[in-house]
Amino acid sequence: MSNEVKVLVLAGYGLNCDNETAHAFSLAGAVPEKIHINALIDGSVDPSDFQIMAFGGGFSWGDDHGAGVVQAVRMKTNLGDKLLKFIDTGSLVIGICNGFQTLVNLGLLPGLDNDYQKRSVALTFNDCGNFRDDWVKLSVNSSSSCVFTNGIDTLDLPVRHGEGKFYADDTVLDRIEKDNQVVLRYADKNGMPANGRFPDNPNGSVNDIAGICDPTGRVFGLMPHPEAFNHWTNHPDWTRQKEISRRKGESVSGKQTDGNKIFTNAVNFVRAQ
Amino acid sequence: MSKPNRLEVTLKSGLFDAEGDGVRKKAGKYFGIDTDSIRSINVLTIDVDLTDEQLIKIQTDIFTNPVTQVSSYTPLDIDFDWCIWVGFRPGVRDNAGSTAVEAIEDMLSVKFGENDAVYTSKRYCIKGSGMTAEDVDKIAGELLANDIIQQWKIFSNKEWSAKTGVGIIIPKVMLDHVPAVTTISIDSDATLAKISDERNLALNPNDIPTIRSYFLNEDVLADRKKVGLSEPTDLELEYISQGRSDHCNHNTFQGLFRYKGSAESDEEIIDNIFRICIKEPTLELKKKKDWVVSVLWDNAGVGKFDENHYYVITGETHNSPSNMEAYGGAITGIVGVYRDPLGTGLGSKLVMGSYGFCVGHRDYQGDLSPRLHPRRLLDGVIEGVRDGGNKSGIPTPFGQVLYHDGYMGKCLVFVTALGIMPARVCGAPAELKTTSPGELIIMCGGRVGKDGIHGVTASSEVFSENTPAGHVQIGDPYTQKKMHDFLLEARDECLIPFITDNGGGGLSSSVGESARFSNGCEVDLDKVPLKYEGLDQWEIWISESQERMTVAVRPEDLDRFMSLSKKHAVESTVIGKYTDSGKLHIKYNGKTCAYIDIDLLESGFPQWEFDAVWKTPEERGLLEPVIKSPSDFNALLPDMLSRPNICSKEWISRQYDHEVQGTSVIKPLVGVDRDVNSDASVIRPVLESNRGLAFSQSLLPAYSIIDAYHMTSCTIDEAVRRLIAVGADVDQIGGVDNFCWPNIQYDPLNNPDGKFKAAQLVRSCKALKDVCEAYEIPLLSGKDSMYVDGHLAGRYGETHKVSAPETIQFSASSVISDVAMCVTMDSKVPGDLVYVVGITRDELGGSEYYEHFGYTGLNIPQVQTESFSALYRSLSGAIEKEIVASVHGVYRGGLGVHLSMVAMGGGLGMAVDLSKVPAEAVTRNDTILFSESAGRFIVTIAPGHKDGFEAKFKGLPCACIGKVTENRKLNIMGIDKKTLVDLTVGQLKDAWKKPHGGLI
Repeated sequence: MSNEVKVLVLAGYGLNCDNETAHAFSLAGAVPEKIHINALIDGSVDPSDFQIMAFGGGFSWGDDHGAGVVQAVRMKTNLGDKLLKFIDTGSLVIGICNGFQTLVNLGLLPGLDNDYQKRSVALTFNDCGNFRDDWVKLSVNSSSSCVFTNGIDTLDLPVRHGEGKFYADDTVLDRIEKDNQVVLRYADKNGMPANGRFPDNPNGSVNDIAGICDPTGRVFGLMPHPEAFNHWTNHPDWTRQKEISRRKGESVSGKQTDGNKIFTNAVNFVRAQ
Repeated sequence: MSKPNRLEVTLKSGLFDAEGDGVRKKAGKYFGIDTDSIRSINVLTIDVDLTDEQLIKIQTDIFTNPVTQVSSYTPLDIDFDWCIWVGFRPGVRDNAGSTAVEAIEDMLSVKFGENDAVYTSKRYCIKGSGMTAEDVDKIAGELLANDIIQQWKIFSNKEWSAKTGVGIIIPKVMLDHVPAVTTISIDSDATLAKISDERNLALNPNDIPTIRSYFLNEDVLADRKKVGLSEPTDLELEYISQGRSDHCNHNTFQGLFRYKGSAESDEEIIDNIFRICIKEPTLELKKKKDWVVSVLWDNAGVGKFDENHYYVITGETHNSPSNMEAYGGAITGIVGVYRDPLGTGLGSKLVMGSYGFCVGHRDYQGDLSPRLHPRRLLDGVIEGVRDGGNKSGIPTPFGQVLYHDGYMGKCLVFVTALGIMPARVCGAPAELKTTSPGELIIMCGGRVGKDGIHGVTASSEVFSENTPAGHVQIGDPYTQKKMHDFLLEARDECLIPFITDNGGGGLSSSVGESARFSNGCEVDLDKVPLKYEGLDQWEIWISESQERMTVAVRPEDLDRFMSLSKKHAVESTVIGKYTDSGKLHIKYNGKTCAYIDIDLLESGFPQWEFDAVWKTPEERGLLEPVIKSPSDFNALLPDMLSRPNICSKEWISRQYDHEVQGTSVIKPLVGVDRDVNSDASVIRPVLESNRGLAFSQSLLPAYSIIDAYHMTSCTIDEAVRRLIAVGADVDQIGGVDNFCWPNIQYDPLNNPDGKFKAAQLVRSCKALKDVCEAYEIPLLSGKDSMYVDGHLAGRYGETHKVSAPETIQFSASSVISDVAMCVTMDSKVPGDLVYVVGITRDELGGSEYYEHFGYTGLNIPQVQTESFSALYRSLSGAIEKEIVASVHGVYRGGLGVHLSMVAMGGGLGMAVDLSKVPAEAVTRNDTILFSESAGRFIVTIAPGHKDGFEAKFKGLPCACIGKVTENRKLNIMGIDKKTLVDLTVGQLKDAWKKPHGGLI
């Protein structure tokens, strides 16, 4: 088998992060392709030719009836079995922001009891009542089996959403907590859980949940945008970090960004299979 | 169940309803109406025949989230004291209704018929005692709905029927009308003038003889006879009206001005301000600067980004529609300006947008009654640009808000767009395009309805009670985003020889203008897809229905073009073909309804003329006020920071996605707490490259009250300094001028100061020319909006004409060879040296400081381009050598305000000595702290770079005035060496954030 890791990055219908998501996968050494949802539906592109599928950010169908809902309906109606097969064969799926919303509406997350069709968690309107763009600190659950966050303790990433409040009833919440399906939590600047405090927790997510995975750790959804931290100058503190590092005779430009680590983990996981 | 069915959806009772709670908070804060709780319910009126099974399926699988929501086809039983229902009026764009149709069609494999639709509306359940019906009506009419586009119903608990609920309301457009072309008698000028009034054509009286003589010309008559026409048709006159409107044709800027610089001075004739002050200087600079690629003819200007990419920039306003329906006007404005780069050259990808909002004061409590209170208007335009930008997937990393009660007559909504295109498309230069005979005319995107009819002519008129409301629209970023992705893919497959957008004037402008390249066209109007039947031919021709582009496609490429269109779920329709007949030939069902020479609009119309008489500030009696220097600067400085036009507006910036596309380098908010405004924004639009694109804007209308010349030069200077402060290349700065002016046509009764306002325009244009020539800034694009006036009702039933201050928004762009060189404005490290670059003069005229005391003053800041340029080059050199830690321009509010910004940004203290500030003839502390002299910066550097930095400024005004300190205190020593200000950074920030503190 060739060493090439092929990534299917969904596009079309109001999705708008396909370009930078593909770029982030390129930086990680993969070969991404931006594929219009309709090219999957009409069969001209076959998901099984890829090892990773990325549900990216955007406003699919304008998000008018709940974020990610109509995209999930269209994909479930037209592609349901192919998606299930994709997961079943050990491939990776990442859903970012609108993509995360789509994954939970498809039921691909949280995938409890191997049921990848049931909607049991939701991403609903931010408690702050508005769309919000801000950088957040995230702490990674080290006990999670998520392959995307392997070896990462904390992350700085931007959130940009109006419907990012993670919600589930207590039974489901207990399950995903107990099974370590909670991958990311909003944290304060010291990396401690935000405990619901705004703006560290920007949307009122229960248990500060920012990202979850399925029981296998191969399907991952998160509200923050790792692809928007693809270059060290994306970080809000970069001019300050650069100045302080220079005084110490250090350089900041060479390091891998927090965002790129997530994509690199995915590509490395596929390569190791 | 037979149609229609009404589905109500709401959050489960335990979940926090952020939308409802937002309404509750605003009702309390804005109107003092206290409520206990408000719950919101989404209502879908599904007007299509579906089986019970199908209804249940769409209810559970599409419209109800099982985790968070409940829903019912009967009214949801939610307790209330009062209930408000709000829905659209017929014909208003219902974006959520359209996506509901798409989702239902997809899931059920059904196809909606012409008479089927889904309509969305909302219901709010209010709990609270003591509210009156009037209170509830106020919440409905002044918070939730705008009667131009929406209707509402109010139910008290007693009136409510649990069975019928809000009832079934179907806002369907039904036009019982057979389309017909009318011919119009032009037997005299007076007849045509009368018809112009009756039909809202807004024809200029001076144009009427020219129009008549064309249609009465014997050759023309003979030509027309061959196609069955004689007197002009309604469609033809509408076409001429659109093409000749000030909005499309810029008659004011191409006009002849008789200018006098004072009552006594000689008259100067300025024949075509646009040519003299904008076009010729820009074309001269284009010869010198090879980075200027394409200017002054296309939808946007084009500059070189790197060898393989060009960037595209333009700015627009959407004032009149926003003034009537803030959300709809603003979203239509931002989505509309995004079509300009898409329709420039062979098409650009959008990479950035920005906003500028000028409105009355948020807390206005005077006697005038604008259609929308400034606070409500601002809320609406913020949300409109937010949804339009965010849903387009285009970052909005820069914007400004300016309060002035002169904007209560008409608000200003500036929207700016930047795109990027490959330098070559299929081997051909991407900035060029043309139509050729035989190519097909294709309309892509949305459908045509009655919306927007007479929008262009309405924005060329003063707002009054008779302004037709039908031109208010709601933009649809979703439809446009699909079209954007489709057209760029078609471009890259070499399928597009010509593309332009449908904006003001609709097909009339886009087809009319594109047909000038091939020299003719034939259009079959009956092919144009409509939203509903019953539109007259002229309405189809000039409708401004949004989200449409006009594209030329070679017949052999049609199949491929249409198949791409289908893949992207975009509607595209062949509506005619380009010809070289010299005629604009429009048919409907084979019958000609217009036959006009294609060059008619370009020839023979009289130039507009204006008397422009200025009065010097002295002639107007302006003086410097007599005030003695204050003693309590510890109270004054925080009050300055709390002023409406200085204070933090973080709540707006955070609602705008400024990170999408992954290109963000310098964000709108920077500093250790990420909450202080940056000088400019920088993006890295080509992800594979480290090259940056910097962008800034400025607005300084307060100076117009003294002199629009200096208002303009200071505005340009500020935009330039903003770019320099982040590290942009001084030699590649391009500009975009957006003029917003009150009516300048003198009328003794209605516009008695028209000649003065005309002179202010002349002076502004002279400044534009002078400063752009001196700084070598070509004007890549620009627009004008000339009637920023309104008539507002007062307390006693009288009305008052309210004119905006003469306003120019100047946008500046440049490139940065490596974004790693960029600098932000926040101080970085304790012990760093603080420098002021540039001279502080006694220039408090028009300043925030004087405004704070209710004065205007006389000594307006003046831009000294030659000496400033030397400073700017030195500073750029220092930034390039990476020997500065922070750079921040000194803008509105002067040094006092901007030293505070640098300290707040860094979260560090600062100890400075005002006696060290480079100054000229300034002897007072308040003048040094609050003078708004142009050409200045605050710079902090590491002590180790002292020599290197100072060497760059040898012989130039630049001095070290103090140090960055660890103690988080701003300590300012006066020129008498006494402590003037001693405040913590926390105190400064509290004052700066307090005015809008509760807003998120």
